[in-house]
Amino acid sequence: MQPTSPNFKQNARDAIADDPLQAALAKLAVGFPMRRLEAAARLPEFEDLRDQARDIKNHVLENLDHYLEAYEKKVIDSGGHVHWCRDAKEARETILDICRKADAKTVTKSKSMISEEIAVNAYLEENGIEPVETDLGEYIIQLRKEPPSHIIAPAIHLSKEQVADTFRNSHIDLAADRDLEEPRALLEEARARLREKFLGADVGLTGANMLIAETGTNVLVTNEGNADLTNNLPRVHVVIASIEKIVPTLEDASTILRVLARSATGQDISVYTTFCTGPRRPEDLDGPEEYHVVLLDNGRSEMIGSEFHEMLRCIRCGACLNHCPIYKSVGGHAYGWVYSGPMGAVLIPNLIGMEEAQHLPNASTLCGKCESVCPMRIPLPKMLRKWRERQFKAEMGSSTARWALRSWAWLAKRPALYRWTMTAGVALLSQFGGRGRFKSLPLAGGWTSKRDLAAPAGDTFINQYHKGARGDQSGALMRKKVH
Amino acid sequence: MAAREEILDRLRAKLGHSDALNGENPALKHIEDHHKNLIPKRGSLDKAQRVDLFVQEATRVNATVVRVGSFDDVPDQVSAYLREHQLPAKIKIAPHHSLKSLDWQQKTSLMVDEGRGKGDDGVSVSVAYGGVAETGTLVMSSGPQTPTSLNFLPLDHIVVLEADRIAGDYEAVWERLRAQFGPGKLPRTVNWITGPSRTADIEQTLLLGAHGPQRLHILIVDPSES
Ligand code: SF4
Repeated sequence: MQPTSPNFKQNARDAIADDPLQAALAKLAVGFPMRRLEAAARLPEFEDLRDQARDIKNHVLENLDHYLEAYEKKVIDSGGHVHWCRDAKEARETILDICRKADAKTVTKSKSMISEEIAVNAYLEENGIEPVETDLGEYIIQLRKEPPSHIIAPAIHLSKEQVADTFRNSHIDLAADRDLEEPRALLEEARARLREKFLGADVGLTGANMLIAETGTNVLVTNEGNADLTNNLPRVHVVIASIEKIVPTLEDASTILRVLARSATGQDISVYTTFCTGPRRPEDLDGPEEYHVVLLDNGRSEMIGSEFHEMLRCIRCGACLNHCPIYKSVGGHAYGWVYSGPMGAVLIPNLIGMEEAQHLPNASTLCGKCESVCPMRIPLPKMLRKWRERQFKAEMGSSTARWALRSWAWLAKRPALYRWTMTAGVALLSQFGGRGRFKSLPLAGGWTSKRDLAAPAGDTFINQYHKGARGDQSGALMRKKVH
Repeated sequence: MAAREEILDRLRAKLGHSDALNGENPALKHIEDHHKNLIPKRGSLDKAQRVDLFVQEATRVNATVVRVGSFDDVPDQVSAYLREHQLPAKIKIAPHHSLKSLDWQQKTSLMVDEGRGKGDDGVSVSVAYGGVAETGTLVMSSGPQTPTSLNFLPLDHIVVLEADRIAGDYEAVWERLRAQFGPGKLPRTVNWITGPSRTADIEQTLLLGAHGPQRLHILIVDPSES
């Protein structure tokens, strides 16, 4: 899609005025973090598993060339094909070519961020092939011609009334006065629609949560089962995945799976975790006859060894979005491209360039919550600061921002003074706001004219942390692990 | 090929690797060793406790579980399930030797069809490769006797699982698959299934039966039950 990231400020303003979006975000802000905490509490080894997941991916990235070759060999051994693509254009053309050779009219798709990144749907449509998103959320936003607003909950920004309207406008062969009041009715209608598509599709296009080098396998994680009908029923299965999705072994994949769903939805494991290896075997009764992997670089190899190297550990769980005060205020669309939240703010400038995405690294309070919940322990705030530094050097920020940043840097190098200033600032703010949110603040008009600033609950995080005064479970959990 | 070489060359340059993949390197060694990482303790139990944990976890994610003493009890259980949910007396079974050898006609008045899944299948019965107690997960492995489509197309999925094949953790099932298929090889599809299909995509409301089965019913065959 064409990025609207340069309009972040306007996008954010619109988002804050969007009532259904604000209602959805309020719900998300409670639900996902709470379920994640419960899942983590049920697994005493959770924090240690996060360390191991991080180490596995670090090892992969240090040996990525070798792992890619080993993986490729296994795909070929199991009867599949690997197509290496430098950029989005090559990947789109490769997919179209596979579809043409298969004489495809309809392509079913299961949710894939990479397919959004390369905008393959529009390209297939232009070339006379119908792409059908099958994840319920993706299906809804495809009908509305919108990008996803959350990695794992792409239609999170919509109310059920908006979904009902979308279905009425799209499924025009059905009775106009049918009852679409309840979410269940909407699901039934989508299920019936998509069932026909699943059964009639010529090609199934899926993403991959991981690629396993040991066996040449792609891993698919869903709760709906749509990825399974997509990869199993059509004659051709195409996997689109970026090069950093590699993990070495089945054991390593299992370790990462133990932290993925817990971080994403707070489930111990998603309903369906699927391991596909090559095409169907000669004796099999079902499964695709052809298996293709489109292996995409699109800027990743440039990130290796750079300041943003660690971003390549990301498993797209969405936890950093669910815990981000900015994401929870403006939702995903404000970021203006397919990724959003802290991970998007780091990744988007890497993929589409700093000029296009210059506001995004500033769309953060650097509160550190994202890093504290990231299963892969990616230092997102550090990388956001790197972007800001680069911007600062390139003189791209506004003069006020540069001034603020310089002052902040001066303070930050003096920890005692920094802490004092922050504490004093909080004490002062408490006078203004009591508890809750500020509508306006002296000297901060640039911020509060666009959004409310959360009133400090009386003390800084660092102070509370040291006093052990944080009442919530996350503080307790973190303290236990840090000390 | 140009893209492949360009991507690999760039990675090699960044990583300081001189050469293409060859005999001795950390990646191949890591794959060959495929050592186990940290395995959560909650699955390391004796057999009876493992089965109990499996039942507890599967039930927590909305599966229903019944324990039976032998495969011979399966037809009766399937009939009972269909009656309970007022479903037509018609099933599609996997062409698995342990299901085909059952005396369906003698015991029940079901219409029994076998083969891969079709769009109009209402209820399927298949056989699991194994189970994982840690999360109440079924492991299904594709093959001539176990077509994958039966796991996803019907609205009701009944799975027969032998108690002996319930492992504590995922790693134990990988070991078994490796022993059977050889190192570095897997069947076309391995499915981990943990509860029936669901979605929360509409206003974050949890609904069962999104694209896959709305109900998952597990029959654990445990001779120590009888
Ligand atoms: S950066 Fe971390 S928390 Fe955010 S999506 Fe990636 S893995 Fe998840």
